[in-house]
Amino acid sequence: MLKVQQRKSIYLLLILQLSLLSSSIVMAIEDDPDALWESSFKTHFFGDREIETKKPLVELKAPKRAANPALVPITIKSKIGQQPERYVKTIYLIIDKNPKPLAGKFSFTQESGQADLSMRIRINEYSKVRVIAELNDGSLSMASRFVKASGGCAAPVGSDIDKAMARLGKIKLFPRGENAPGEPLFTQFMVSHPNITGLQMDQLTRMYAPEHYVTKVDVSFNGKPVMSAETDISISENPSIGFYFVPSESGELKVMVKDSKGLTFTKVRKISAEN
Amino acid sequence: MRSFTGHFIKSLLFGSIGWSGVLLSSTPPALPIEEIEGGVYLFSGHQAMADKQNAGAIANIGFIVGNNCVAVIDSGGSPEQGKQLMAAVHSVTTKPVCYVINTHVHPDHILGNLAFKPQGAQFVGHQELPRAMALRGEHYLKTASRSLGFALPVEAIVMPDTVVRETLKIDLGGRLLILTAYPAAHTDNDLTVFDENTGTLWLSDLLFVKHVPVLDGSINGWLSVIDQLQKKQVNLAIPGHGAITHSLSQALEPEKRYLQTVRREIKEVIKQGGGMEMALEKVGLSEKEHWLLFEQFHKRTVSAAFAELEWEE
Repeated sequence: MLKVQQRKSIYLLLILQLSLLSSSIVMAIEDDPDALWESSFKTHFFGDREIETKKPLVELKAPKRAANPALVPITIKSKIGQQPERYVKTIYLIIDKNPKPLAGKFSFTQESGQADLSMRIRINEYSKVRVIAELNDGSLSMASRFVKASGGCAAPVGSDIDKAMARLGKIKLFPRGENAPGEPLFTQFMVSHPNITGLQMDQLTRMYAPEHYVTKVDVSFNGKPVMSAETDISISENPSIGFYFVPSESGELKVMVKDSKGLTFTKVRKISAEN
Repeated sequence: MRSFTGHFIKSLLFGSIGWSGVLLSSTPPALPIEEIEGGVYLFSGHQAMADKQNAGAIANIGFIVGNNCVAVIDSGGSPEQGKQLMAAVHSVTTKPVCYVINTHVHPDHILGNLAFKPQGAQFVGHQELPRAMALRGEHYLKTASRSLGFALPVEAIVMPDTVVRETLKIDLGGRLLILTAYPAAHTDNDLTVFDENTGTLWLSDLLFVKHVPVLDGSINGWLSVIDQLQKKQVNLAIPGHGAITHSLSQALEPEKRYLQTVRREIKEVIKQGGGMEMALEKVGLSEKEHWLLFEQFHKRTVSAAFAELEWEE
């Protein structure tokens, strides 16, 4: 007869084997970059609505490998203009494997002219990045890219938090493109903000770096909304967003920023229609 | 028959227990070290990315022995390497490890800390090290488990007990170490260690030799720290990656040229109205032939530098 101790050891070995087996199954599921989306996010965010993926009206440009997981530049382009009868109302940005997958929700109007965006995001690990465009008629379109995160000493946090804090709330707002009458003008917005996640190693983080990030960016031209963003911790430190608006007349471009501590920051820039 | 089966199972069991005993061994082989100055011992890291083969042993780490105490300077890229470093300490002295100094937050320098915890060593780092560990620790553990092929416990992130604001003197018994904290440069938590007895300055990642410099702090800050360091008279300088040198000022030159080139070319892109994508495509390519691991790190440095420089007026 085997001693009890030995039996226990056999069971332990068996359990070990089984757990190795099941962890390889788990890994196989994790290897499918769309698994999370298909099994839960899709329904969670959009219920059973149909989403066009073969010929989406939205395009996503992202690097194959994130050289710096704290600063991954992406560009989102809409394939239709902002016409009264048909326009992009909302763009959702989802990073499947990030701690809070919904990175941002961006709303547009006809005054946007073109529902395109450029920004920098954080990518925690190998993950699908997806953008879903919702048109005014309620239809949905999705484009996605798989981005590999870099290893080593890279981390999805800013490099110089103190400097971002020292300038907290400082905003830059300036046109990047040529100003042609009636045409959408590409404009850059930047705000100095540490955008600290507060999520990692909760107990330690709360003590040394409580969460503090930008939650909302509202841009208007002469009082009419142009682009409005609800943002989360997946947006890089010192959030930087490029967007379009149509300067149909001379006036004031205004941006209002809100953060998780309830602080607000604003900046106004005069825009001349002629330029 | 039963006894045969019993014996078979027994041997199978003891075989596996023996095997797992090897895997979990608490007395690993000593890390190969060299005494580069009297009482100053160095393990020269592999010039590579952390992977399964090198088990994260990619940084220069080591220790300094005084009359009463040993100070470990950076603990390595995994608890296992930390244990091997401790075995190396024991191979040359019976004096206790009183201090573990972390020169900055990067995983190849801190993930061996856990090995020195049971001995009651005091952990020392830059005043911003705790925050950096809190923000990055969990991510480093995940990345390490993917690249090294084994999981690390959350306890592997060991916070400093003592932090350095400007300078701190540590007495090892007849041997003073002067620790200096810097403003954001390579990271926002860089620390150097100067051994007065031998005139050895342990710069860690403030100095990269052959390995392309990696920016994770401030490019302007790092360049001004380099100017400061070039004025120092030292007998021996220890980089975080690459060969030790007797000529600190000269050894800093390539790193300075690289960072100046990156800064100058990024400013040109910004002046032309270009964005980060353009900078990632164009900046610093003339430097490629001069460095190891350029492909792995260069773009990272460019993006971090761009995000800093675009805020200049």
